[in-house]
Amino acid sequence: MIVRLMGEGQYDVDDEVAKGLNELDEQAAQALEAGDEEQLGELLRRMAEQVRTNGARLADEDLSPSEAIVPPDDLSLDEARELFEGEGLIPDLPTV
Amino acid sequence: MAGLMSRASLVVKSKFSKVLDRAEDPGETLDYSYEKQLELLQNVKRGIADVVTAKKRLELQEAQLQQSLVKLDSQAREAVAANREDLARQALERKSGLQQQLQALDQQTQQLQQQQEKLVASEKTLSAKVEAFRTQKETIKAQYSAAEAQVRIGEAATGIGEQMADTGLAIQRAKDKTDQMQARASAIDELTTSGAREDFTSDQTELDRQLGAIASQSQVDRELEQMKAELGSGEEKKELQQ
Repeated sequence: MIVRLMGEGQYDVDDEVAKGLNELDEQAAQALEAGDEEQLGELLRRMAEQVRTNGARLADEDLSPSEAIVPPDDLSLDEARELFEGEGLIPDLPTV
Repeated sequence: MAGLMSRASLVVKSKFSKVLDRAEDPGETLDYSYEKQLELLQNVKRGIADVVTAKKRLELQEAQLQQSLVKLDSQAREAVAANREDLARQALERKSGLQQQLQALDQQTQQLQQQQEKLVASEKTLSAKVEAFRTQKETIKAQYSAAEAQVRIGEAATGIGEQMADTGLAIQRAKDKTDQMQARASAIDELTTSGAREDFTSDQTELDRQLGAIASQSQVDRELEQMKAELGSGEEKKELQQ
């Protein structure tokens, strides 16, 4: 599975790693829901670490889309909310 | 409740879904798409240049504030020498407040530095992908039927769009950070010029603020004692010499 660490790059990880990621991801969603910034950051860091350690980095010129995207691990609660509302944080791309 | 990874994917994909809708005449779409990518790449480069400029301006401002510390210190010394403890205390209080603000600013500067490094790497990746797209589009035009080309264009455009959204986010965050720092630096500027005792760190609780005030007060007392002692012993020496 190809995973993008936002702000960092894309990695290819195997199913075992993907499974672990999904578990951490569920907890991260709960941390966001509970408004626990510290816990959210810690979980996002662990997710990124899993991908970095166990995944193979894709070449820059690889044009494959990612199946999962991990938000940056230094995301604040406000930024996270803004990002997932889909409104503000990522600027609109002009139609290509 | 959906996980964050799928939600992030959804947000990113929604940003460039229009990219995929356009693929009608493959050859034309490919050339048009590539031109647009080059334009976006230029925007990204300008965005990075803006962040670098803002960061330099902040560093300059920080250096000026460091000089204010030195100035306040010498002002306090002068006041003590003039037997104006009240004025010395004011200057030291201002210095202590300034020091705390500068520490916070310094931390943000380090974060901004890391963001800038990531931003530069992200732009490099985007450039490489755009270049790869240029090569691929010629292959697609030459080798595939219209239907097959549609599929391949879709994949390549998704890969590029994802990277653009990612780089766009990195630029946006770095810009937000410089804006925050700019606001803080301006607030500190005001603190040094007007001496207004305000709490500029928005996320502090009342208790934090009071603890900070106690620490700051005791530092002021300590420094005041130290200065008195230094100046006192200096006067004794003078008396001995006479």
